[in-house]
Amino acid sequence: MTIALDACAAILFGLGTYLVLQRKLSRIIIGLGLLTHGANVLLIASGRRGYPPIVGSVGGTMSDPLPQALVLTAIVISFAVTMFLLALAYRSWQLTDDDEVADDVADRMISRDTSPGEDVADQEESMPEPVEVEVEEL
Amino acid sequence: MSRLVALPLLLPLVGAAVAVLTGRSRTVQRIVSLTVLTLTLGCSVLLLVEVDRSGTLVAHGGGWAAPMGIALVADRFAAVMLVVATAVLLAVAVFAIGEPGTERNHVAFQSVYLILAAGVSGAFLTGDLFNLFVSFELMLTASYVLITLGGRRAQVRSGMTYIVISLLASTVFVTALALLYAATGTLNMADLSLKLATVPVGLRQAFALLLLGVFGIKAAIFPLFFWLPDSYPIAPSPITAIFAGLLTKVGLYAIVRTQLLLFAPDMPTDVLLWVAGLTMVVGVLGAIAQDDLKRILSFTIVSQIGFMIMGLSFGTVAGIAALVYSMVHHVVVTTALFCAGGLVEYAGGSSQLKRIGAMLRTAPLVALLFLLPALSIAGIPPFSGFISKLSLVIAGFDANRALIVAVALGVSLLTLYAMMRIWVGAFWSPQEEPTPAASAERSGRFGAPALMIAPTVALVAATLVIAAAAGGIFSFSERTAGDLVHPRTYIDKVLDQ
Repeated sequence: MTIALDACAAILFGLGTYLVLQRKLSRIIIGLGLLTHGANVLLIASGRRGYPPIVGSVGGTMSDPLPQALVLTAIVISFAVTMFLLALAYRSWQLTDDDEVADDVADRMISRDTSPGEDVADQEESMPEPVEVEVEEL
Repeated sequence: MSRLVALPLLLPLVGAAVAVLTGRSRTVQRIVSLTVLTLTLGCSVLLLVEVDRSGTLVAHGGGWAAPMGIALVADRFAAVMLVVATAVLLAVAVFAIGEPGTERNHVAFQSVYLILAAGVSGAFLTGDLFNLFVSFELMLTASYVLITLGGRRAQVRSGMTYIVISLLASTVFVTALALLYAATGTLNMADLSLKLATVPVGLRQAFALLLLGVFGIKAAIFPLFFWLPDSYPIAPSPITAIFAGLLTKVGLYAIVRTQLLLFAPDMPTDVLLWVAGLTMVVGVLGAIAQDDLKRILSFTIVSQIGFMIMGLSFGTVAGIAALVYSMVHHVVVTTALFCAGGLVEYAGGSSQLKRIGAMLRTAPLVALLFLLPALSIAGIPPFSGFISKLSLVIAGFDANRALIVAVALGVSLLTLYAMMRIWVGAFWSPQEEPTPAASAERSGRFGAPALMIAPTVALVAATLVIAAAAGGIFSFSERTAGDLVHPRTYIDKVLDQ
C-alpha cells in the first residue's frame, strides 16, 4: 500500500514538474496543483498504516492520525493559494488577452541594449496603462 | 507569563478580522491596525525583557504537553526578532497611511497587513515545523495579495513569478516535512532535535540541505535569489519596504533555527560558506549593474543576506552573535533605506536614476534620510553596519576563515560604490528633463507628506540607536548565541524535563 502511494506521489511530482516548466500560466497552475497533491500523498504515506484511529472501534494497530490532520491543513492552504493564482491568471488575461508568463524586465533591457533597432522598453511604455482595478474586493 | 507568548500571534489575527468588519470606514481600520500593532509591540517588548531575565517561555496549545500538543516558544532569539519585526511593521504601517495611493485605495490593505504581521510572529514563535509551514503560508499568502495590490500589468507579471516560486518552495517544504515525519515520527523541533540523532548521518545531511533549500528560496540566498530583484521593486513603496526589511529575514531566521537546533553536529558548513560568498558577490555585482533605485537596493539586500549566512557558517558563538546583531541591524536599516527610497520616488516622481536628480537641493531632508542608512549598510563607522561587519570579520578571523573575510570586505567596498551611485544619480546630478510628477513644490517643505517622513525618521533614528547602544545589544546577542549553540536548555524547556 505504501509503495502504491509513493509511486502515485512520484508520478504526480513528475507530471507536475513538467507542467510547471511550461510558459502558459494555466498549465503552471495545474502543474502546481499536481505537485502539491504529490506532496500531500507523500505526507499521508509518512504515517503508520492500520485501522481507523477511533478508540474502541477495532482491535489491532491503528493508523497514525497526525499526518492526516496535517494533510487537511496543507490541502486547505494549497486550495486558497490556487484560487488566488487563478484570479491572477484571469487578471493577466484581462490585461494582455493571454496568460503567458512575460519575459523578465531586465532581459528586455538587455535585449534593448544589444539591439539598438528595437526599443522594447519604450514600446511597452507607449502602450496605454490599463485602468487600475482592485484585485481584492470585499 | 507564558500566556503572553501567544499574544503576538493572536492580536494581529483578531485585528485583521476587526479590520475586515470595519471596511466601510478607513479611519476606524487605521485606528484598529495601529492599536493592534502597538499592543503587539508592547507584548513583544515585555516578552523580550521577561525572556532575557528568566529564560525561555513556552506556551502549550490547549494544555497538551509538548511532543503531542502545539508549542509556542519564546527564547531570546525569537523574542528579539519579534520586537524588531513588530517595531518595523508599525513604522511601515504609518508610512503606508501617509503615502497617497496604496492604503487609501484598497479596502483590504489593513487586514491583509495584519495577517502578514501574524504570520511573521507565528514564524518566530512556533516550536513546531508544521506550524512554521502554516505561519510561512499565512505570511506568504498575505504577501501575494500585497504585492499584486492594484493589479497593474507589471505587478501581475512579476507577482506571478513570486507566487509560483514561493508555492514551489512551500511544496518542497511539505515534502521535507513528510520525509522528516516518516523518519522520526515527530515534527516538534525540540523533539526532532533529539530523535534525529538516531537517524543515519547521510539522511540527516540530506534533510539539512533540503530545509536549507526551502528556506533559502525565502531568504534569497545564491542561487535561489533571482525572484527577489524582479518582484520586490514592482510593489508600492511601503510594501516593498516591509518585504525587503522583514520577509527575507524570516527565511533567514528559519535557516538559523533549523540548522542550529536540528542539524548542529553535521551542519553543511562548506556549502554555507560557498553560498555566503557567492550570495555576497553576485548580489553586489547585480546592484552595480542596475539603473533603478529600488532594483539597486533589492540586489543589495541579497548581498547583505550573504554576510549573515557567513556568520552562521562559522558555527562559533562569536559568529552567531555577530549574525544576531546583524539581523537586528539589517531589518531596521533595510526598511529605513527602502522607506527613504520611497520618499525619493515620491519627491522625484520616479525611481529611475536617469530621470531624477538635484534632489539635494529640492529635498534636502530626504537626502539626509537616505544617506544615513546607506552609509550604515555599506559599513561606514560609526553606524550600526560598521559594528555588524566588524564583529563578523573578527569572528571570521577567530574561525580561521580569512578568505571569506577578504571577500566580505571587498563586497563592502562595492556596496559603498552602489550606494554612492544612487547618491550621485538622485541627489547630486543635475536634473536633465523635468518629470511631470516631480512634486517638490506640491508636497511642502519636507519634500513628502509628514506621515511618510515621520516613520522614516524614526527608523533612521533606530539605526543610530542600534549603533549607540551596540555594547548592550551585542552582549545580548552573545547570550542569544550561547543559547543557540547549546540548545539543551531550549529542548528541556519545551519538553518540560
